[in-house]
Amino acid sequence: MRFGDRFTEFHLDVLKEIGNIGAGNAATSLSRLLDRKINMHVPSVNLIGFDEVMELAGGHEKEVVGVFLKIHGEAPGTMFFILSPAQSVQFIRQLTGNTNIHLDGTLDDELSRSALQELGNILSGAYLSALADFTLMDLHPSVPSLAKDMVGSILGIGLIELSRVSDQAIVIETSLTELSEEEDHSIQGHFFLFPDPEAYNKFFQALGVTANG
Amino acid sequence: MDNVIPVTKVGIAELKTGKAPERLRTSGLGSCVGVVLYDELKGIAGMAHIMLPDSSMARKVDLNRAKYADTAIDDLVEEISKKGGSLYRMKAKIAGGAQMFAFSSASDLMRIGPKNIEAVKRKLIEKNISIESEDVGGKNGRTLEFDIVKLNLHIRKVNQGEYTI
Repeated sequence: MRFGDRFTEFHLDVLKEIGNIGAGNAATSLSRLLDRKINMHVPSVNLIGFDEVMELAGGHEKEVVGVFLKIHGEAPGTMFFILSPAQSVQFIRQLTGNTNIHLDGTLDDELSRSALQELGNILSGAYLSALADFTLMDLHPSVPSLAKDMVGSILGIGLIELSRVSDQAIVIETSLTELSEEEDHSIQGHFFLFPDPEAYNKFFQALGVTANG
Repeated sequence: MDNVIPVTKVGIAELKTGKAPERLRTSGLGSCVGVVLYDELKGIAGMAHIMLPDSSMARKVDLNRAKYADTAIDDLVEEISKKGGSLYRMKAKIAGGAQMFAFSSASDLMRIGPKNIEAVKRKLIEKNISIESEDVGGKNGRTLEFDIVKLNLHIRKVNQGEYTI
């Protein structure tokens, strides 16, 4: 059976619930961190080709800041939190209170790096702990790692495990937006969760859904 | 004057060939490796966007040969030959294989870039194809465009400008 054939509409809905629960908790954490209102959009779950994954994140060559981490435990996978470079600066300024921060070139500035890494820690921690509570599985994040580069080169890492079994990926995507009157000061970030191939059945079992194949 | 030069896009885990004056392009390479093989005399080239080092890593039967270094290079040679190229004239240019994220634990996943480069080079040696130029490794993503007329591989990196090899 082909990888994609294992999933019905119902299975994708179950995975959507995973995105809901994880990102919902992450939104709450971000809201507390920044003391601002954060809005979470309804997650999307797509079974799509590798090139389409990149399109979903703005296109192969779009420059973004990505926080990446590996999920260890019963349902392994990779997770990304993607922000535009301008939004990352906005975030660093809000978190550090330093309005002189610029993000030119690489992410060399130590303070900026740690602020973004901390963002990754908090959001992914919130996402995964909600997920672990919901599924009663043991899941824990690796130390997050940062890069500022093209979408394709960053998300590509998330496709490696899957690419051994499939030419398609299931992407659980959720976005967070800050509710602010000032458009240009709002933060928008996207979560991308790529479960490893063996993780799907674990999720389905944990949630009492019969898995195919 | 006709300034429109057709550019063929090569997606992730895909392989395409073209004839001069076409161009072959693949974007947003991270740990993946872009391999270009060309026959200068015939003006024929092929490009593959390789994700994994070895087809023995595949866990399913109907495998996408363009995804793996070993099978992709075999197929590039075959496709270029079908269009009139000859193996003994073929040369290679390669780029990619970056390590995008620094990690304390050197897991296999994190080392995929260097492994892809090694596998590509091993296969090219086995085929007796010389590497004319390369731009591999590092920590940055790349977009590649190959000009089949000038035989230039144009590389763009974020924040590091553009150059040809």
